[in-house]
Amino acid sequence: MLLEAKNIRFGYNKSKLVLDGVSLSVDAGERVALVGPSGCGKSTLSQILAGYMKPDSGAVLFDGKPLPKRGYCPVQLIYQHPEKAINPRWKLRDTLTEAWNPNAEFLDEMGIAPEWLDRYPTELSGGELQRFCVARALGPQTRFVIADEMSTMLDVITQAQIWELTLKTAERRNLGILAVTHSLELAERICNRVALFGDLR
Amino acid sequence: MENEVVLSVSGLSVSFRMYTKGLERRELKVISNLNINVRKGEILAVAGSSGSGKSLLAHAILGILPKNAVVEGDIRYLGEPLTKKRVAKLRGGEIALVPQSVEYLDPLMKVGRQVSPDESAVEKVFARYKLDKSVGKLFPFQLSGGMMRRVLCATAVISGAKLIIADEPTPGMSKELADRAMKHFRDLANEGAAVILITHDIDLALGYTDRIAVFYAGTTVETALASDFDSEDKLRHPYTKALWRAIPKNGFRPTEGTQPYAGSLPDGCLFAPRCELKGEKCACGAIEPRNIRGGEVCCHYAA
Repeated sequence: MLLEAKNIRFGYNKSKLVLDGVSLSVDAGERVALVGPSGCGKSTLSQILAGYMKPDSGAVLFDGKPLPKRGYCPVQLIYQHPEKAINPRWKLRDTLTEAWNPNAEFLDEMGIAPEWLDRYPTELSGGELQRFCVARALGPQTRFVIADEMSTMLDVITQAQIWELTLKTAERRNLGILAVTHSLELAERICNRVALFGDLR
Repeated sequence: MENEVVLSVSGLSVSFRMYTKGLERRELKVISNLNINVRKGEILAVAGSSGSGKSLLAHAILGILPKNAVVEGDIRYLGEPLTKKRVAKLRGGEIALVPQSVEYLDPLMKVGRQVSPDESAVEKVFARYKLDKSVGKLFPFQLSGGMMRRVLCATAVISGAKLIIADEPTPGMSKELADRAMKHFRDLANEGAAVILITHDIDLALGYTDRIAVFYAGTTVETALASDFDSEDKLRHPYTKALWRAIPKNGFRPTEGTQPYAGSLPDGCLFAPRCELKGEKCACGAIEPRNIRGGEVCCHYAA
């Protein structure tokens, strides 16, 4: 099973393209690190791969077909800023169960304390919120996870914990992972292939 | 000769007054018994777990905590107590903040105007951060995460502050840009500013800072010299050692468990439930800082 970006072109305004003919593919069970300088279009590509935005031209193919237009998207994106990816007016229980219903064992494994479920996002720290975002993205129908700098806001222990959890789940279910990161050291720890953004043309 | 202390914080505690049921109130203590100081020309890094009160410390210093916060303890700026009135005059000028969240930018205003109305000054400070002057004409949503961070840095340093509190200024920046931003803070310190650098990226901070204060669950567990992070043995507190082991190049080994949540803190040492050194003494009462090998540590068993 393959997630492919084929010859993607995209620009926020007409005069300047952010992505100019970018191609990339991730296989099931593969862990790819996407590395590149700030502002080069890594997050834009992530959002296009997860179906949040449509490219101006080119295609995103999941298992040879376009991403489903409705229903659960098999490609899940985890953002850099958890506070931007969570509804501030919802209790976290609602945020989590909007996607799927994880059991207590899974939540425990993710390091989510049961009492956090009845809190609002402002009452938890960034690291705690990010655990919810990871748990939410790892629903049973997820095949690929795109982690856009998901651990940069976290302390090193939490970073190591969250990656350990993500990788464990990914391995068990043969998920493909695309990790956007600036840290080559982190990339070497978590991935089996490094893709430099500049080489994707 | 040691430089003058620009900011000292001792015995700081911050709690939030919350309503539970109806008119029942309770106080949630989020920072307790916290001590730091920073001198002129020095960069003090503040590292530690997410949610350990690092940003709250910054907000407490600047007097911008929400209304239901209760602050106790002693905060002094240049020897004089930093009262609400005094800090209101100083912040934005002598005391500057680089905020943590990119949400501090006004989404409806072009970023150049947010840094300063003076276009030539903006151009100059943007050049320092490798931002093109055309960036000033863009709105926040048109910028990448790393670019927004650089804009935030620019807003703080343009005022020529004596005390800069940078709350996670580098995540989302590439290694090269992050190094550049750190070098810039180092330059500001060398020119005489005192810098408090709140960060998760210990590895990056080590090359540029003088001392590192390690936070856990709202208190300082250790203040170490940057050079102590060369090896695990030089560090003092078990939590600091656990942090060291979790750095990608040092093994990427997570320690089990999570930080206790404010409101259900254990008595005595806050790290005890996850600690391999813990003994009977650890469960009773606050632990006073001790001086060991040029650093300060709050642990009965540190050596």
